[in-house]
Amino acid sequence: MRPDLEIIQEWIKPNSRVLDLGCGDGSLLHFLKTAKNVNEIGLEIDNENINSCIENGINVIEQNLDHGLSNFQSNSFDTVLLAQTLQALSNPDRLIDDMLRVGTNGIVTFPNFGNWKSRFYLSSKGRMPVSKFMPHQWYDTPNIHFCTVNDFDALCVEKEINILARTVVDSQHQGSWYMRAWPNFLGEIAIYHITKK
Amino acid sequence: MTNSIPTDSVGLVTPQTHHFDKPLTLRSGKILPSYDLVVETYGKLNADKSNAILICHALSGDHHAAGFHSVDDQKPGWWDACIGPGKAVDTNLFHVVSLNNLGGCAGSTGPASINPKTSKYYGPDFPVVTVRDWVNSQARLMDRLEIPKWAAVVGGSLGGMQALRWAISYPERLNHAICIAAAPKLSAQNIAFNEVARHSITSDPNFHRGHYLEEGTYPKQGLMLARMVGHITYLSDNAMRSKFGKSVAEIEEEGNNFGRDLRTGKLSFGFNADFQVESYLHYQGERFSENFDANTYLLMTKALDYFDPSVDYEGDLSKAFENCSCKFMLMSFSTDWRFPPERSRELVNDLLKARKQLSYVEIEADAGHDAFLLPIPRYIGAFSTYLKKVYSEITGHAS
Repeated sequence: MRPDLEIIQEWIKPNSRVLDLGCGDGSLLHFLKTAKNVNEIGLEIDNENINSCIENGINVIEQNLDHGLSNFQSNSFDTVLLAQTLQALSNPDRLIDDMLRVGTNGIVTFPNFGNWKSRFYLSSKGRMPVSKFMPHQWYDTPNIHFCTVNDFDALCVEKEINILARTVVDSQHQGSWYMRAWPNFLGEIAIYHITKK
Repeated sequence: MTNSIPTDSVGLVTPQTHHFDKPLTLRSGKILPSYDLVVETYGKLNADKSNAILICHALSGDHHAAGFHSVDDQKPGWWDACIGPGKAVDTNLFHVVSLNNLGGCAGSTGPASINPKTSKYYGPDFPVVTVRDWVNSQARLMDRLEIPKWAAVVGGSLGGMQALRWAISYPERLNHAICIAAAPKLSAQNIAFNEVARHSITSDPNFHRGHYLEEGTYPKQGLMLARMVGHITYLSDNAMRSKFGKSVAEIEEEGNNFGRDLRTGKLSFGFNADFQVESYLHYQGERFSENFDANTYLLMTKALDYFDPSVDYEGDLSKAFENCSCKFMLMSFSTDWRFPPERSRELVNDLLKARKQLSYVEIEADAGHDAFLLPIPRYIGAFSTYLKKVYSEITGHAS
């Protein structure tokens, strides 16, 4: 199993209600449905992804996350997931508020822009980092709000969000002791388990 | 003449009539002592009777949803774009049941039928039926056909409302409700359009307070006008523009035969139809008025107006959904202004509030409300993917 999925599924209770914001083709929810028998709903806007969700038997609602979650009741889900989507949102801070209103806990994963590769790319080339993992140019990237592990930590402090767990993995979703020791420098993908204080 | 029947058609079909003797108590309190329902079926019912799909028709639809009645038919059934072998509602996989609702005018008992009590046309004395009454009659049909549970109940517009009512009234008798281009209830604007349609019918001198059949006539002008108004609400501004959007300047320049004045090809400067959209509406209205019963039209629009399942739940639709056990699939179309995507999203939100299993897809389409009848690729894609999944659920393996 992919190490990031392994980590995430540890935090999901069996038979719980899970909302996945930007659920893609539904494979994460499908995995959780199979492994944990969760009662799932995914939100997605891409046509092909929506079709894949339907094909996978995943409940999917076409909804733009930039319009918020006002149509969801407070505390109506156990866990709200935001996997690799944070950086593409117009108002990531507001959506995090909303996800912690709708769910009793949240799981956020995002590409860590504080990673040494990004730093090296920017400082040596003087240009916005482009990699196999993040292949877009600055002008056509859907990722409009990059942040670092330290940035996210700061946001959690500011918003009085409780970090239940935090870890980092590389772009191959592998973790290591040295990554965990210097997460903001070595981690490529950050994984947070958060809740309201 | 279709010459040959397309290979993706269900082919030639013959409607069947089922007679029901057990009186049906209607929502209004009135009782229909006996009635007929005319039905078409496509595709085979499997051994454990688990692959049946009910199709619910909209305002002017009937049981003839797919295929042809004769090789000379100009057009197939009203939802042939979606029902047939290999189509979204795949008749190779499913047994499809489609009926004409009570109060209709295509063979099921309605205002144009003979009242056995009086041996005269029911006419305006046919009781007002509601969506709930239709669903109750459909449940009796289901018993008659010995179908224990629908794999899915499917409908667009007023048909989608029947699918919702099924989910609420008979939660244990369907696995999926597929509700397309519908709404939780009508808006004041929707009702206003319906009232214009009704008023145009009832104010036609040939309406005779609904007893026009006794008088050997029918309110042609009123029915035409009703359909013309209705038709405007089915199309989007864009769809009309791209279909008929010739400007005065273009007509003058082309000098073609848009206007009635065929000799000059110029604008008539009278009150005949100069613009294509005018003759289109006239044609639609005229064709419809010759094939549809005016009292049925009044009745169907009333059924729409009265639809509001929240009525039994203090106006809270989410409470109406609480006992539902089926899964829901909702679809809407971007330019539909009769039942726009916002109305479907209201349904989505109430279903979420009731913690139901649902999917919702919003389809970019230019055609307005009519889009649900058309072979729009993304629509058909989502629709067939969903039903393939339904099929793999009932058979326990992928189709």
